[in-house]
Amino acid sequence: MISLLYDTANAHTFVDGFRFIADNPGFLAHKAMQQLELAGAALGLGAAAALPIGILLGHLHRGSTVAISASIIGRALPIVLLIAIFLTVFGIGFVNNMVALAVLATGPMLTNAYGAVEGVDRDVTDAARGMGMSGLQILTRVELPLALPLLFTGIRIAAVTVVATSPIAAIAGGGGLGAVIVNQASYRLEGVLGACYCVMALSAGVWLVLLALQRVVTPRVVHT
Amino acid sequence: MTAAGPGPVIPNFGQGSACVTGNHFFCWGWVRQHWGDTLEPHLVQHVELTVIAVAIGFAIAFALALVSHRLRVLDQPIAITAGLIYTIPSVVAFEILIAYFGLSNTTVVIPLVGYSLVILYPNIVSGLRSAPPEVLEAARGMGLEPRQMLWRVEVPLALPSIIGGLRIAVVSTVAIATVASLVGDRGLGYPIFYALQLPTPFKTEIYSAGVLVVGLALGFDLVLVAARRILVRWAQ
Repeated sequence: MISLLYDTANAHTFVDGFRFIADNPGFLAHKAMQQLELAGAALGLGAAAALPIGILLGHLHRGSTVAISASIIGRALPIVLLIAIFLTVFGIGFVNNMVALAVLATGPMLTNAYGAVEGVDRDVTDAARGMGMSGLQILTRVELPLALPLLFTGIRIAAVTVVATSPIAAIAGGGGLGAVIVNQASYRLEGVLGACYCVMALSAGVWLVLLALQRVVTPRVVHT
Repeated sequence: MTAAGPGPVIPNFGQGSACVTGNHFFCWGWVRQHWGDTLEPHLVQHVELTVIAVAIGFAIAFALALVSHRLRVLDQPIAITAGLIYTIPSVVAFEILIAYFGLSNTTVVIPLVGYSLVILYPNIVSGLRSAPPEVLEAARGMGLEPRQMLWRVEVPLALPSIIGGLRIAVVSTVAIATVASLVGDRGLGYPIFYALQLPTPFKTEIYSAGVLVVGLALGFDLVLVAARRILVRWAQ
């Protein structure tokens, strides 16, 4: 049996995890940056694919089935499987992991972008059309500003999903903090736990920052 | 990762037909030969893990939702706590729990339960709140006690939302449970993970286990859609 995670520990080991962080701040910061690079690239790629499609479908009020099933299918695809499948296509390395994580990111972004734009009050868009706005003007000046909160929710969910999932990429040479987590032989349990604490802080941090950012960019009246 | 051997060496796959040794796109022969010893047992484990995790998660989420339905102040703190739990990466949760529970099902089920809360709890709460005021007023007028209101009016009206939450929770749990393969030989993630770490990733095993895991998620989803049809007759 192969297992990447195996050791049992006692309370001291959990404290040693923090000691590992205190002893190796530079190393862990470097690994955390690698992690964020991978997650950021995946999120960017996913956004580039999902947001235009979601926004366009929402603008045209078409393809609700596609947009809604995207989120269910996105959730049904396990990251381990995506990594394995793209490994057979791209080989081991950054591209494989980036694409696999990007697929995870598309689900929530596509569904929310569609819902955000599609859900804009018809009366408002009709009024804009009555004022002589073109389709593009309605999209950029009316629909997108109104859709912003929900659009941002989709990006936030995708970002947290990608950051929290990205350590698994280490099983296919993903590097980052995940590489420490699955390499107990080299870093011992305290190193693994130290990296675990860092990943938790990273993904909780991303969640809180985006939540705060969402409050800032959203006009007060449309808080959800 | 394992050191790469010379050529496509695929151990433990029996004698190996030309398809298997050549690692072709998909080998039906391998699937037939290893259904009983590889695919089926992992599929069964995967179903068990999912059902146990979602059942426990649902019981906890329902209890929490009932509490915050009465005490509204608790709603935000519970929702935020569940959100924070969701940010804990599954690999990390498994690693930390292994330290307590070893390579056991408990280690796998606890994080799965935690992740299901963030989906189930808000859905149950919003479902319970969805009863229109007129309906509640009428129920009160008929002399229903708060407890009777809950079970005869609010819970039945919350069913569509509850089942909606269960659908998402089950599908996500099936997917996340593949990561449980890092905690030893458990679930359909294991054959995928095993085939992945071979010197030459074995395609047939990755694809066949992949089809099963995605099919399982969609199968659970269909069951819940059917359950909704039966339980929520009044909505049609």
